[in-house]
Amino acid sequence: MVAKVKKVGLPPLNVAESLYVTELVRGLITTNRHFWRNWFRRKDTATLEYPDKRRPYSARWRGLHRLMLRENGTPRCVACMMCSTHCPAGCITIVAREHPDPAIEKVPASFEIDLLKCIFCGFCEEACPCDAIRVDSGVHAPPVYGRDEAIIDLEDLLSRGSQSTAKQGGRNL
Amino acid sequence: MLELVLIAFAKCVFLFLAFLLGGAAILSWVERKMSAVIQDRIGPNRAAVFGFTAFGLFHPIADGIKMLFKEDFVPARADKILFFFAPVLSFVPPLLAFMAIPFGPPVAGREWLMVSDSQMGLLFLLAVASIGVYGHTLAGWSSDNKFSLMGALRTSSQLFSYEVGLTLSLLGVFMVYGTIMPQAIIGGQSELMWGWLPRWGIVTQPLGFILFMLASIAETKRAPFDLPEADSELVAGYSTEYSSMRFAMFFLSEFVGILLVSAFGAVLFLGGWNIPFLAGDAWWVVLLQVGAFLAKVGALVYLQMLVRWTVPRMRFDQVIDFGWKYLIPFGLLNLLATAVVLAVWR
Repeated sequence: MVAKVKKVGLPPLNVAESLYVTELVRGLITTNRHFWRNWFRRKDTATLEYPDKRRPYSARWRGLHRLMLRENGTPRCVACMMCSTHCPAGCITIVAREHPDPAIEKVPASFEIDLLKCIFCGFCEEACPCDAIRVDSGVHAPPVYGRDEAIIDLEDLLSRGSQSTAKQGGRNL
Repeated sequence: MLELVLIAFAKCVFLFLAFLLGGAAILSWVERKMSAVIQDRIGPNRAAVFGFTAFGLFHPIADGIKMLFKEDFVPARADKILFFFAPVLSFVPPLLAFMAIPFGPPVAGREWLMVSDSQMGLLFLLAVASIGVYGHTLAGWSSDNKFSLMGALRTSSQLFSYEVGLTLSLLGVFMVYGTIMPQAIIGGQSELMWGWLPRWGIVTQPLGFILFMLASIAETKRAPFDLPEADSELVAGYSTEYSSMRFAMFFLSEFVGILLVSAFGAVLFLGGWNIPFLAGDAWWVVLLQVGAFLAKVGALVYLQMLVRWTVPRMRFDQVIDFGWKYLIPFGLLNLLATAVVLAVWR
């Protein structure tokens, strides 16, 4: 079967257009207008000079993870493993230990996220029952020289942490 | 004698180093910046000295340093002698041609602002400027590269075609002012018609001016007539095999060529250093007149750049067609009309 070819003809030029001179002058007027509009005010220029100026991200943008803190500065995380269970990429590794306060069951001994595996879906944040892990830091995953360096640990996660306004169960520590 | 030599030397240093090399370097910035601004971009603004960027004006310096430190590559089967001389041959003629351009009026009865007030006048300029084509042709011929050779052939045929049109467009001006001496032509343009209209070449020879601009853009090998370099077809035309400072010489000769035709156009059609209704030999008048000349050159450079970033490239047969079938007949027609008007007028 032969494909049907639709031929699109060019509209015929009128007398002024076929001389090219008027069209040339129109073109020159257009470029001239753009030059003077952009020379003083950059009116039509859409360029953002990236390293100097950055486009602000949406508040919902999912960046590097962080772990939130209780009022006494200890991690809110209770090592319930919800996030690592939900994680579709399987990038969260948590080792739990007992919390010194008997009212709180567990606390993470280590909390590691492999950023090379992480797909920044935010499911960990949604799964978390304690508002402990969040992906709202607004920071990009940093470039690294080796795969080992792409694994961030508990200390790093807590360094971006802050106090949550959410109430936690138990004695509200 | 020694005094004459020293004066000539001082003029050459001022002209070649300050005006031409500086001007050509700034033009490379102007071209990049203007194309960017026309296309709604920002353009070069990164090269900085102590954090001071000056709108990207340091880019030509950075370019020059980069060019100097690049490897100077010569193809194995290239003709070494011609390959070496071709850039020089294309760079020197436009510089030489500036000898016949007056930058200002005679000061204290002598031509301080013009390198050589020879009897050849503007014929010298035309003759020398057309030598430049040999540089481009030899560059393509000696490179042992098919793209270079194609570029060279296109250069020679295009430039020979448009040389005729360029000269024809000038003959009208020479007839109106009855001389080929640049200062005398500017003197003729300083007069007023009917007591109010400056008798500039653009007023007496409007068609001649348009033909001159078209032919001069073709002579400087820029879009829409940039077939000799035709990036999309011929890599870089005659300069494909050139690198380092040899390439920079082709690059600079192109920009000096733009300055040359702009200065030439300013002298012939825009009254040179003449400012209407302003005469005298006070120092500030002379200074203003030199400024006026530079402003006129700048305006013509702006026009050329605007055309270059507006119009798409023509096909090569169209270029030659346009040169022979439109430019030259219109030039002859202009010549005839001028002759008739002059005969009736007198």
